[in-house]
Amino acid sequence: MAAGTKRLIAAALVLVACGAGLVSPAGADLTRSAPRLQSEKARIVSLVPALTEMFYAIGAGPQVVGVGSFDQFPPEVATLPRLGALLDPDTERILTLRPTLVGIYGSQTDLQAQLARAGIRAYVYRHGGIETIYRTMRELGTATAREPQAERLVRDLQARIATIRTRVRNRTKPKVLLVISRQPGTLREIYVSGGVGFLHEMLEIAGGRNVFADVARESAQPSQETILARAPDIVVEVHAEGMFKTSSVQNEKAVWAPLSSLPAVRNNRVHVLLGQHLVVPGPRFAGGAEALARTIHPAAFNR
Amino acid sequence: MSPPSRLAASARQALAVDALERPARKPIRTRLAVTIAGFGALAVAAIALAPLVGSTHISLSRAFDRSIPFADNVDAQIFFVARLPRVLSGALVGAALAAAGVVFQALLRNPLATPFTLGVSAGASLGAMLVLIFGVSLSVGPFSTVPLASFAGAAVAAGIVYRLATPYRRAMSTAVLLLAGVTLNSFFSALIMFAQYFADFAQAYRASRWLMGDLDVGSYQPIIAAVPLVAIAFAVFAMLPSALNVLSLGPEAAATRGVDVVRAQRLAFFSASLATSAAVSLAGPIGFIGIVVPHLVRLLVGVDHRIVLPASALFGAAFLVACDLGARTLLAPVELPVGVLTAMIGGPFFLWLLVRKG
Repeated sequence: MAAGTKRLIAAALVLVACGAGLVSPAGADLTRSAPRLQSEKARIVSLVPALTEMFYAIGAGPQVVGVGSFDQFPPEVATLPRLGALLDPDTERILTLRPTLVGIYGSQTDLQAQLARAGIRAYVYRHGGIETIYRTMRELGTATAREPQAERLVRDLQARIATIRTRVRNRTKPKVLLVISRQPGTLREIYVSGGVGFLHEMLEIAGGRNVFADVARESAQPSQETILARAPDIVVEVHAEGMFKTSSVQNEKAVWAPLSSLPAVRNNRVHVLLGQHLVVPGPRFAGGAEALARTIHPAAFNR
Repeated sequence: MSPPSRLAASARQALAVDALERPARKPIRTRLAVTIAGFGALAVAAIALAPLVGSTHISLSRAFDRSIPFADNVDAQIFFVARLPRVLSGALVGAALAAAGVVFQALLRNPLATPFTLGVSAGASLGAMLVLIFGVSLSVGPFSTVPLASFAGAAVAAGIVYRLATPYRRAMSTAVLLLAGVTLNSFFSALIMFAQYFADFAQAYRASRWLMGDLDVGSYQPIIAAVPLVAIAFAVFAMLPSALNVLSLGPEAAATRGVDVVRAQRLAFFSASLATSAAVSLAGPIGFIGIVVPHLVRLLVGVDHRIVLPASALFGAAFLVACDLGARTLLAPVELPVGVLTAMIGGPFFLWLLVRKG
């Protein structure tokens, strides 16, 4: 405590000595004097990783003053205050940062009400499909007066998706089981992508046929029996980095061995992909779709 | 008197009258044989029929056709890899939890006791949570990470409760057992919530899914790990029924009837905790079986533990196998957590029986 105070005083002295006295009480940087639009001075808090990535991707990164507990990308967020997440937003600390725009999830209705009472604009977001990603980017562009950047980002992503589609267009579509969660080391409590949501759409773009496309939900837990009956040609597991250690990926693939009647197992087509870009519906999703396409149709990328 | 304590009083009364004072209606051997035959037939029927039904239609002749290599035989894999281990683990877990429920209810002289009352399942859950959340990976013999951790957690919880409730060479105090168990339950639940709160979203979800129970074990290995433990517990159960009959009257009454109370209590506690730990490590804390199956069976066959204990084990097996059949077929291709179904099916059925008999 005392050490921290001393350090603070020292920091203050250094600031004064450097003539950087133009620091407002709220900590807003007023030293740059270029005229800016009102919304460009926005102070942004984003509690949803997908939104955080979008803010940075449209160039609003410097205005982000706080992020959620699970935000990892871009690396710049590492130094920002963590303000809780979906279930535990720290309203008090959010308010202390004096944000003008707070990106929250659709189910955070209490937080939304509190922000409304405090007169702070909330951007309310819900996961959806790829169209939702594009729409969200455009709306964030409007909210931060960065429409051109947002539009450019959307077009860039659309172009990348179109490229992937072209690459896999004339190839036969294998039946793919897209696994999004299971108990490590076993085949228990397997969750897969149903026929709704960005993961399902990414799989279709990548030239795969989702074996659970008939389940009208984002995620579903099928029994092993159903998995055997659906007989996927390829099993692709997508997980954030923390799910398995990279060193254990081989062992995690091996747990599928008992289901030897699966074409995927027989033909050695079980793949475990790790990376947040695969599971966060943000601006990196095109990279995720490309990784899926390379996994499902490696030959299409060998030319 | 509140309903539960009235239930307790009437159960105890019924016990005293039925098991000891009133002469048996028929010789115990005959009644035991009839009951075992009846409930046994039910259990065997459930275990034999359940693998034949599922979300997919399979051809049994193909499933048992040895001429097709197993690796190419989808029907055989569905039967032997997906369905049979589920049914067997359902039978094992159902029997273990129901029998443990009977023993705990007698030991604690409380009709509301369940296999989870004394903190065994909370300990098991904490163990499972910790490895799921911190991504630990370990295995010993046929035990994989989560079963091993949950079994260890259960053993720790049982050990703590046992130490607290057992003064040297004296009978356990059921009041201390209950209070220690309930407190430990809350304490472990708090630790579980603490761990979950700091876990990331996917891990927290996986952990809470584990708490709903799941029999889709996917191989015989976890069953092989649990069988010896359950077998030991059942071997001890086999020595207990007469002692349990007397223990239900209270330690003093039991002592005057020549029962070694300390030994009987310890055996009951050890075996029931072992059966519960093995069941929870195999399938997660599947609720409701341990409380409702014993009462259901008592409503049907009376309160003599010599009959209630084996009948509950058999009925528990049949009941959980049937519930799991529902879990894997009702919403197919999507799975339903079996722990959700046991209470959804068992609750109304039990209430109906309670009202009709009462």
